[in-house]
Amino acid sequence: MVMNKRAAYVRLAREKQPLLKMQNWAWILVRAILIIGLCFVIIYPLFFKISIAFKDRVDMLDPTVLWLPKHFTLDNFKFAASTLHYADTFFNSLLISVMTTVLQVISCSLAAFGFARLKFKGSGVLFALAVFTIVVPSQTLMIPTYLNYRFFDFGGLIGLFTGGNGVNLLDSYWPFILQSAMGMGIKSGLFIFIFRQFFRGIPKELEEAAYMDGCGILQTFYRVMLPNAVPAIVTVSLFSFVWMWNDNYYVSLLLTRIKVLSTMLPTMWTATQFEDGLYAYMIKNTGELLFIAPIIVLYVILQRYFVESVERTGIVG
Amino acid sequence: MRKGLTMSQKKSWIGVMFVVPWFLGFVFLFVIPLYESLVYSFNNLTVALSGFDTKFAGLKFYQEIFYKHPTFNRVLMDSIVSLLVNIPSIVIFSLFAASLLNQKFRGRVLARAIFFLPVLLATNLLSIEQSSDLASVAQTVTGGVDGAGLTSSELETLMLQSGFGNELTSYITGSVNRIYEIISHSGVQILVFLAGLQSVSPSLYEAAKIEGATGYEAFWKITFPMVSPLILTNIVYTVIDSYNYNKLSVLINETAFKALNFSLSAAMSWVYFIVTSIILLILVRAVSTKVFYHD
Repeated sequence: MVMNKRAAYVRLAREKQPLLKMQNWAWILVRAILIIGLCFVIIYPLFFKISIAFKDRVDMLDPTVLWLPKHFTLDNFKFAASTLHYADTFFNSLLISVMTTVLQVISCSLAAFGFARLKFKGSGVLFALAVFTIVVPSQTLMIPTYLNYRFFDFGGLIGLFTGGNGVNLLDSYWPFILQSAMGMGIKSGLFIFIFRQFFRGIPKELEEAAYMDGCGILQTFYRVMLPNAVPAIVTVSLFSFVWMWNDNYYVSLLLTRIKVLSTMLPTMWTATQFEDGLYAYMIKNTGELLFIAPIIVLYVILQRYFVESVERTGIVG
Repeated sequence: MRKGLTMSQKKSWIGVMFVVPWFLGFVFLFVIPLYESLVYSFNNLTVALSGFDTKFAGLKFYQEIFYKHPTFNRVLMDSIVSLLVNIPSIVIFSLFAASLLNQKFRGRVLARAIFFLPVLLATNLLSIEQSSDLASVAQTVTGGVDGAGLTSSELETLMLQSGFGNELTSYITGSVNRIYEIISHSGVQILVFLAGLQSVSPSLYEAAKIEGATGYEAFWKITFPMVSPLILTNIVYTVIDSYNYNKLSVLINETAFKALNFSLSAAMSWVYFIVTSIILLILVRAVSTKVFYHD
């Protein structure tokens, strides 16, 4: 009964105030137009690419074909995949990205837990330095990094045994492993920041209860803190994976013989050696689609966790 | 465990253990390379198969980039200007987008998923909507479908006739024309703002509504001050993010590995680093005085 009365009041109020109602509807309309428009701007190039990828060359020149191809073909994909050596390069890219993602999540969450909960003298300064590392452009570190891995010599130890100038770690996965395991990978500072903010948001009582029940600190970390930090882990893994996958700078700096997708893609345009600019464009376009396809698949799978977790990642603190 | 350590002492020792891997990386992969890079920029660096050698050269390379290098000054100015132009567009757009996405409506999950899509796509590798030679090939062939819907000539005349300044008009219409570029660089910023908006307590809005505030007032009196610290965060992030698509980064890479002039490249990267640090410092100082801190 009470509910009915209230509903009646609300209806009455609405009928009495058509202006408010109109305002409300107008806002909904404007908002819908804005959101749909912006989504269109984002999605449009992607659809444009997909549409071209399935077209035959004849369709490109046919003014009556706009989106749906008349001559549906998979030849573009076949050709682009073979120019990219897709199977090999895909595997290499995947290997590097997965490896760095796992290592980065481990190293950054460990350091972040140390910064968030296990305070020691100077931990605040060290944390500030950790965040500072992303402010320095990677170009500033480029040449020493290159030379370090070219003549890799850990504190002169290797030189003692081989008598030479250290070993060449270029063209191997070691630089990537080292960098991400030691929390110096792509934007590791940002990940440490995200994890630390998140760990700080987990109630202290939870941790204390674990200590009371006889957990050690390491055990508390992986039994209590990590399972509670799933949103942060999802966000960091997704970013870490995607940024490594898209990265063109480190892979072209450190790898020359091992081919990955992000180094093949820019040179593919010259490798096809077509006189026909249009066809070369179509192939490049298809190659780009092949390049982003794994990310899109990953995003579609993780999207739910990711978009929901954003609210709770504590990026903000 | 050793006896005689209290729980908090033990914790701080283990804390040191947790941070050690990162710290080693910090020293060996960050501090030492940073120092070495500075040293190389003052030395003539020659690399051979067996090793590398340095010979002191003083300020020679810094003089070279400012007085002799054909393009450095121009590229540096270009990237500074485009950075300064982009920062307000990106920050304002991402705040706007975040407050849109924060409202409740049908299909919100889908809209959010689409808005974060550009974060994941490497825009510097893809020829999406870029005026590269490839895109222009496509445009001439398809009859200019690209971009035809994305010009703002009507907006420009409208704004000029209603008395906006010339510069403001060209800035805004320029931003509208570059909307894809702006969207694709503001993904993380939207994320940060969105997380901030979520953390604003709903009771504030409720109280404001009871007092009779309109949505517009609520935005400027509650939302904006509450998320203003994040404006600072986002400005810093925008500057950092620009390293990835800056023309200067390309120039530095090419100097090192195409022209094989390592020292010159190191000197360039230091100039770049110092210039961006100064910009960052000025921006942070200017903005942080205006920021409202809740606690």
